[in-house]
Amino acid sequence: MAEIKNYTMNFGPQHPAAHGVLRLVLELDGEVIERADPHIGLLHRATEKLAEHKTFLQTVPYMDRLDYVSMMLNEHAYVMAVEKLADIQVPIRAQYIRVMFDEITRILNHLLWLGAHALDVGAMSIMFYAFREREDLVDAYEAVSGARMHAAYYRPGGVYRDLPDSMPQYQASKIHNAAATKKLNENRQGSLLDFLEDFSKRFPKYVDEYETLLTNNRIWKQRTVGIGVVSPERALALGFTGPMLRGSGVVWDLRKNQPYEVYNRLDFDIPVGVEGDCYDRYLVRIEEMRQSNRIIKQCIDWLRKNPGPVMTDDLKFGPPKRESMKQNMEELIHHFKLFSEGLHVPAGEVYAAVEHPKGEFGIYLVSDGANKPYRMKIRTAGFAHLSSLDEMARGHMIADVVAIIGTQDIVFGEIDR
Amino acid sequence: MTDLNILSANLNKAFSGKVVILKEHLGELTLVAKASEMLGVLTRLRDDAALRFEQLIDVCGIDYSTYGSELCEEGKYLPDAPREGKRFAAVYHLLSVSLNQRLRVRVFAEDDESPVLNSVMEIWPSANWYEREAFDLYGIIFTGHPDLRRILTDYGFVGNPFRKDFPLSGHVEMRYDAAQQRVIYEPVSIEPREITPRTLREENYGRS
Repeated sequence: MAEIKNYTMNFGPQHPAAHGVLRLVLELDGEVIERADPHIGLLHRATEKLAEHKTFLQTVPYMDRLDYVSMMLNEHAYVMAVEKLADIQVPIRAQYIRVMFDEITRILNHLLWLGAHALDVGAMSIMFYAFREREDLVDAYEAVSGARMHAAYYRPGGVYRDLPDSMPQYQASKIHNAAATKKLNENRQGSLLDFLEDFSKRFPKYVDEYETLLTNNRIWKQRTVGIGVVSPERALALGFTGPMLRGSGVVWDLRKNQPYEVYNRLDFDIPVGVEGDCYDRYLVRIEEMRQSNRIIKQCIDWLRKNPGPVMTDDLKFGPPKRESMKQNMEELIHHFKLFSEGLHVPAGEVYAAVEHPKGEFGIYLVSDGANKPYRMKIRTAGFAHLSSLDEMARGHMIADVVAIIGTQDIVFGEIDR
Repeated sequence: MTDLNILSANLNKAFSGKVVILKEHLGELTLVAKASEMLGVLTRLRDDAALRFEQLIDVCGIDYSTYGSELCEEGKYLPDAPREGKRFAAVYHLLSVSLNQRLRVRVFAEDDESPVLNSVMEIWPSANWYEREAFDLYGIIFTGHPDLRRILTDYGFVGNPFRKDFPLSGHVEMRYDAAQQRVIYEPVSIEPREITPRTLREENYGRS
């Protein structure tokens, strides 16, 4: 009889289902995983070390590039850490804008996750639907910050500027004639809030569309039900947070349990799973999109009624108004110092965390009173989730590893940092 | 969230005499424990009915060698005076989901030359990669860790890049060499530079 040996296989780093640059060394017994050893760090850019050499304001754009599918939430954790350490009061309107964009970003993230996860498992069309909606939301990003992805919109002390009164318009081109362009621009005639309100009315129907394609789909269920089951105790011990933890039935959401900004004034529910498998986590994330849409609606209502400042008026932390800067010496000096030397935060240490679409995203900031952080540690959810891949994948088939990577919502920008 | 006074009272009750410092700042509690006692303290933190920190959120290595130093030469910070206290520390962020409370535990490594701490993988399995990361970036050795390999840096990397004496631009750069038909490593050709110098200000600077 022939000798049977375990087979070692390299999965990635150039594999379409590896979600970026994951290199996975799989030890196989036939097609069954005996051991999975993820090799990470191929996208390591030493963001934490770079931050030690940059002023507090210069670090904000680096935050976008961590988890590059939920850009503004990364910024949020960072600016919250700076604000907490320096005791900066953020205007209430800025807090509502932040919450609204947090939820827009959560939908953006979950849509990409849904498209990619379904594509990995073999359902191609979801990707196209998901990107149809993402287009509207990245347009909202563009309208407010000028960039479709790396916004750098949140700043210590508030947000960069107030919401715009008009939306960018499509121009007629070779592909779209004047009539088609007019149709495309139909919901872009008003302000950004009008555009988002129109979107939030349409969005629940879109989620229904995804659900008709997947929720009761036999193949989808065969690929996800009972795959990657994690018990609640194990999920806590492995450091799971976010939908991964809630999928296992643990009721825990920082927006409810340790509310920040204005989440305690908003009405929303926390979905939890029962079985702790890939299918439950899918259901949790689908429901989270609906809840995010609810939050966006409430924020739009509030923001329409309550105009006000969006940046702190403390000139040690927020830039002065442009016109007063042109007229007053004091403001001119403040502006110059703020953008050359940067803001100073008192010595101390702080940990600020937000409920990121992937889990708990935290910034641990140590300052010795200089204009740069002494040490900044980025706690990302994906790092803890991927470290459990070995345990989750053991005993499953190779094809299930793809489903597990999909359900963990892996993005390498945040894991490698 | 649990009131911090209740939490600190519970902590004092559980660790009378074992805690080096218990400090509250900005609504967060920081506990400093001795390296020799860390395993007992952390296990108690997980299991005590009034504490129940069932989740290890993060482990962060820190190099305190230039803390509070302003001097900077060619992008490298120099300690202006020999600092008191230990150089390396690991900071553990704990979360209790059941009691909704957070705690930060800092443990200093006794030896500055070869920092060694105990691994907490037996207490929280999630420490696995966090400790590998601190080992990779700071060279802190966690005894009892079953698989202490580098994690984020390149295969065959030399040095601990997040230490304060490691320059931001690194020591080596790589490129493809057409003659040898392979990727080669060379000493870095870029000059370290600093656009905005690091400056320290006394507290309440500019406020009247």
